[in-house]
Amino acid sequence: MSLKRKDLLSLAPLSVDEIRLILQTADSFKEVTGREIKKVPALRGRTVVNLFFEPSTRTRTSFELAAKRLSADVINFSPSSSSVVKGETLLDTARNIEAMQADIIVLRHPSAGAAEALALGVKSSVINAGDGWHEHPTQALLDLYTIRERGLSFEGLRVAIVGDVSHSRVARSNIHALVKLGAEVRVVGPPTMMPCGVEKLGARVYYNLDEALRGVQVIMMLRLQLERQGIALFPTIREYVRLYGLTTERVKLAEPGAIVMHPGPINRGVEIDPEVADSLSSVILEQVANGVAVRMGILYLLSGSN
Amino acid sequence: MPSSDRQVERLVMDAGDIARAVTRIAHEILERNKGVQALALVGIRTGGVHLAHRLVRRIQEIEAATVPIGELDITLYRDDLSLRKEQPILRKTSVPFDISDKIVVLVDDVLFTGRTIRAAMDGLIDLGRPAEIQLAVLVDRGHRQLPIKATYIGKNIPTSREEKIQVLLEEEGEDDRVVIFKA
Repeated sequence: MSLKRKDLLSLAPLSVDEIRLILQTADSFKEVTGREIKKVPALRGRTVVNLFFEPSTRTRTSFELAAKRLSADVINFSPSSSSVVKGETLLDTARNIEAMQADIIVLRHPSAGAAEALALGVKSSVINAGDGWHEHPTQALLDLYTIRERGLSFEGLRVAIVGDVSHSRVARSNIHALVKLGAEVRVVGPPTMMPCGVEKLGARVYYNLDEALRGVQVIMMLRLQLERQGIALFPTIREYVRLYGLTTERVKLAEPGAIVMHPGPINRGVEIDPEVADSLSSVILEQVANGVAVRMGILYLLSGSN
Repeated sequence: MPSSDRQVERLVMDAGDIARAVTRIAHEILERNKGVQALALVGIRTGGVHLAHRLVRRIQEIEAATVPIGELDITLYRDDLSLRKEQPILRKTSVPFDISDKIVVLVDDVLFTGRTIRAAMDGLIDLGRPAEIQLAVLVDRGHRQLPIKATYIGKNIPTSREEKIQVLLEEEGEDDRVVIFKA
């Protein structure tokens, strides 16, 4: 089988076979990233454009490294240094980039649906690197890869997704994929951070962290977006930490050997206790390392000639 | 492809022929390299991997010495990636030893245009700097498009371009044999 898609915009429409193909392809690139010479010629002559309308270091660097290790040429485009501040629309910006013969555009945008709108308007492949509160498919895929690499199988896997589910594109992509793969997904957070209708995606809703953590094999923490809207959604950070902060004591409620994940950047002492972040059960840095291999896989699969 | 799909299929090597060819190549590898010193075998996925394992076993029987073995997936080094609509499925490369200063014998089932071998050599050199690369194939069917020549050949089989040649092996659930058929 192969990935018969022009774009990767969201995990909602992907089949289980497509998800498994991406994970399997990433295996090959994990081997490449372990070599002394971490570069293969697969995308020689192709151009990948990172178009980031929101600040991001991790995701942009990860995509940049992935493209470079595939021998593609990479251009980083960010709005502060472009004509967007002069009033150009997203589509016009993208068409200009396309006119320079970009094969793949990696888009991060504050509005949900931006990637899809872009994909409809350009011939280049579009990869959604996060659109508003909608989805962040490559982050979820690297999370799945990390779970699988730890030898856990998805069928019947118990996963707790903790924190600001409402404003988390990472949570949404993960719920779609994990439910599809047969996992039991629990979402937990204060009612003000729980999107209505989340149970329709197949997740079970909890408001009590201790209860949600009992017997899970994977604890997926979400970042509390303090710089955005967090403050208005709960009385004080101290209260949030007491009710929803992940401590060593709470990790003990999960199944022995459970792993702790976080998409980063972490707020030490807020959603995650430093002791947990630095513990053996934390796979946060593995997630970052796997991100490059998974993104290499996605770039490779989408690079068939259009 | 199940055999029944083919119009006319001609047997060119049977299980005995393949076993004898593997034994002879094992002897030739040892003779040319004066033993197993610095020797390593790397099979090209998928057919070449099985043959490399057979050669390593035979060498072990003859010389009572183990030879490191690796598996190479050449997909990322193909010269037609930018022309394809959909990308081929990747398999894993696994060469769990340092190939630098080793005599590496690449193993493949069929030598045809030579493009796979070109890709394999590029892939190998990304992993280190071997002292020497040699090539062992079960079948050489001619029609080279690159200046590449095998060091060890199981059997030369003249073919026309339209014909297909297939090496079927027990490891893939088939009876050992090599067949020619018109596609």
